[in-house]
Formats: sequence, C-alpha cells, structure tokens
Amino acid sequence: MLPRFWRKIKYRYDIVGTVCENCGSKFYPPRNFCPICRRKGKIREQTFSSKGRILSYTVVHDAPDEYKLAKPYIVALIELDDGVVLTSQVVCDPQEVHIGMRVKKAFRKYYEDGESGIIYYGTKFVPDDGEV
Amino acid sequence: MQRVAIVGVGQSEFGELWDRGFRDIVLKAGSEALDDAGLEGKEIEAIYVGNMSGGRYLEQEHISALIADYSGLAELGIPATRVEAADASGGLALRQAFLAVASGVHDVVMAAGAEKVTDVGSEMTADIMSSTADREWEGFVGATIPALYAIMARKHFEKYGTTEEDLALVSVKNHRNGALNPKAQYRREIKVEDVLNSPKVAEPLKLLDCAPLSDGACAVILASEKVARQITDNPVFISASAQASDYLAIQNRRDITEMRAVRVASEKAYRMARVEPRDIDVVEVHDSFTIAEIMAYEDLGFAEKGKGAELIREGVTSLEGSLPVNTGGGLKACGHAVGATGIRQAIEITLQLRGEAGKRQVECERGLSLNIGGTGATAVVTIYERG
Ligand SMILES: [Zn+2]
Repeated sequence: MLPRFWRKIKYRYDIVGTVCENCGSKFYPPRNFCPICRRKGKIREQTFSSKGRILSYTVVHDAPDEYKLAKPYIVALIELDDGVVLTSQVVCDPQEVHIGMRVKKAFRKYYEDGESGIIYYGTKFVPDDGEV
Repeated sequence: MQRVAIVGVGQSEFGELWDRGFRDIVLKAGSEALDDAGLEGKEIEAIYVGNMSGGRYLEQEHISALIADYSGLAELGIPATRVEAADASGGLALRQAFLAVASGVHDVVMAAGAEKVTDVGSEMTADIMSSTADREWEGFVGATIPALYAIMARKHFEKYGTTEEDLALVSVKNHRNGALNPKAQYRREIKVEDVLNSPKVAEPLKLLDCAPLSDGACAVILASEKVARQITDNPVFISASAQASDYLAIQNRRDITEMRAVRVASEKAYRMARVEPRDIDVVEVHDSFTIAEIMAYEDLGFAEKGKGAELIREGVTSLEGSLPVNTGGGLKACGHAVGATGIRQAIEITLQLRGEAGKRQVECERGLSLNIGGTGATAVVTIYERG
C-alpha cells in the first residue's frame, strides 16, 4: 500500500489536479487524458480552490477497521469554488452538517497502519467560519 | 445473428453456507440447470462464469478452469472464461454467453455466477466490496459503498423530495415478495418501522436498506433457437443485451441522482428489442441499496426523473401492481451473492415468463433485468420475452 499512497501525496496533501487547456475541464484526481477533447486535449497541473460547499453527505456509522476510532464520521461530496467536485471527510458535529454548508480544506490525519505503522495524512474539510 | 434462448436454470441456496465450498455450490447450480434443460452436460460448448473476487474471498484465481474441472467438462476440453465487473459480474457473464451464441460461434453455452463471501470475516468483506468503487480517491477517505449510495440518496431527497419512508417501502415490498420465494435467503415480511429503526449504516441508510452479502451460485443454459426448439417447449428468448460504463468515482459524474450507465444501457436495450419501457411486464433491478431501486425506476424509463418514489408509494411495483419489480425478493430478500446476482435475476425473469413462479407469479410476456457493478460504473440490461 505504501508506494501507492506515496505516489499520490502531492495530490492528497494539497488539492492538486489537472486542467485541460483546450476545453477548460478540471480534473481531481488528476487525469493525463481529457475525456472531452481526447487526443486534442492539453493537460497541465493546477492547484484548486481551498474552499467550497457541501453537495451531499453521509454520516458513516459502519466503518472499516482503520476508521473505527473516528466513527461516526462525515463523508461528503464537496464542490470547490472553481467547480471541481471531490469526496472528502468533513470534521464537524454530525448535527451541524448540511447540504450547502461552506467548508474549507485542512491538513489532517486519516488513519495509521496499526500501532507502529505509517500514518496516512490527507486533506479533510472543516466548517468555513469566514476567516482566511 | 442467431436468436438466443434460456433453456435451463439452476440455483444453489443463498446465505451463509459455512458447510459448503465454492465448488460445491457451483456444481449444484450447474447440475440443476442441466437437469432443467434435460441435457447431460457434454452438449455444453463453452462456459462463462461471473465471479467478482475469488482472489480475495477464496485466495483462488483461475476460477474458470476450476469450474470446468469440477463440472466434469475439463475432460472434454470445454473453454471456460471468468468475467468480472464487480457485482455486475453475473449479468456480464450472461451477456458474454449471449454474444457467443448470438454470433453463431456456439449453440449451447452455460452462463454461471458464483461467490463465496463468508470464508472471510465481515470487515474484510466490506473492504473487498469497497474495491468496487475508486479505492484511492473514495475508499481512502472512508467512503464505503453504503456511504456512497447514502450520498446519492441524500441528494435525491434534497432534489426530488424522496424520503427515508420511501426507501423503507422498497425493502418492505422486496421482503414481502421474498416471503413467497422458496429460494430466498430471507423469507419473512418486515414493516416500515423495522427498516427505520434498524441500526444506522451510513445516514440516511439503515441496515434494512442494504442487501445482505451472501454465498451462492446460479447457472443458466443458453441455446440457439434451433437447438432450443428441439429440447424445450418453453424457451425464454433474450431479445436484447446491453452494457454501459460510467466514471468509477461518483465525484466525476455529472449528476449523482441518476445512474447514467443504466440510462445508456437501457436505451440501447430498448432499441435492440424494439420495445419501449411500457412494453415491459416484469422487472428485476439491482437493489443492493433501496435508493438504487428508486433510481432504477427512473433511469430505466419507468418513471420521470425524480418521480421514482411515486411508483413505490402507489404500489405500482408490487406483485399486484402494473409493473411488478423484484418479484422474487430482489437482492434484499434473496441475498446478494455478488457474482451470482445477475444470473439469479435472469432465473427469476425466466421462471416468471414460463409461468413457473408459484405464489409470486405475475402476468407477463416480456421482462427486463438490471445488474449494476459497484456504485453504477457498470450497468448490464437484459430484455427477455416468451418464446
Ligand atoms: Zn479537454
């Protein structure tokens, strides 16, 4: 699992994806082939907005082992202000989360491989209180 | 293209089959299908088997050869091919078998589906199922398969006013049908309150909104029209088979309240069979989660987008309604034996069209089945008609 995770760190620690210069489509996770323009597409890397709003969400109660300590936790589909949509965890009270809620990215721990295993970090979202 | 008919069906029990191995349940389904077709076995020219994850559930790959071997067909050198598309593997095996006969390459082919999930614990089972979505970008953030369907459900609620009670009604209906099906894993009725009060899995989905993962195997025998007419008086013809793909991760889909693969595959299937949704009399859909059945009503063209819940509220899709859906109990009551589910759906439609569905029999001339892989990245639609 480590090499697979390691390869993606750049994209997980920051919201780095790609954009097609030909049609303007934005991709997160990054793609190196534009499904719209196909071979005519021209792909370059881009960092996307750090703020957005919740499109839909769930509160997960029945979770895999590595997330046991976190449950219940919120997983949401978030639309960033530049239109990119991604799936991420939202850190807040499950009572407060709602569709349309403003959120901003935060660097957080996801889980660890056992007691002495490596710790996986990535981007989560927290309520956007308006401060930068 | 040759016309293709289903001439034999067979099914093992579905459930937690601790005492039986993968090869036992496959053999049971296969031999029952041969008996049903009145064939010996050596007439089979090829086998297609749907299996999602033998490698992880059983630590056994090369399932195709294993099945040819244990069904006694290795002696004859019969080609066997495994087909994988998550929990649409069975439907896809049926499609490959259909193509093999339709093309004229073969005249008698077996399509099977099998999964043994209980040899590993339930935690691992959930983890294996997570691999049917995007592991690196959905699984990593703790988005389980129920969680992703829950996100779709919540959006459907917000956009169209569908409710938790509507979802519960789907489960209640499928359990009511399952109670009439001797092959169903759960043959007991439940109430709306039972669903609403069952433990939360991923809000708004509760335990009784989710189909159980089961062990099980199913097989059907397909034959060209010529052969079918020689061996049976009640062939059920496959008048269309279509398949479509969508983005693996739901975040990349344009609208998570619809499954575009289902819409695309069903439109192709209707064209191929030269029918419209209103010509369909009996339907099997992939109710791995109750919201999936509501969306299927819409994406298959039985209801306008957003109006799927009306069909369940008004009883249209019950056994007494004008469009019975999941007459045998669906995945919810029959059990979801992952790779076998698509074949089980074909068996239910076949029994209905033959008039052999017992207490759950409905009036029908034409049926449709929908088998979905993961959260909708694969959809297989099959249309059947009485011969
Ligand atoms: Zn492009």
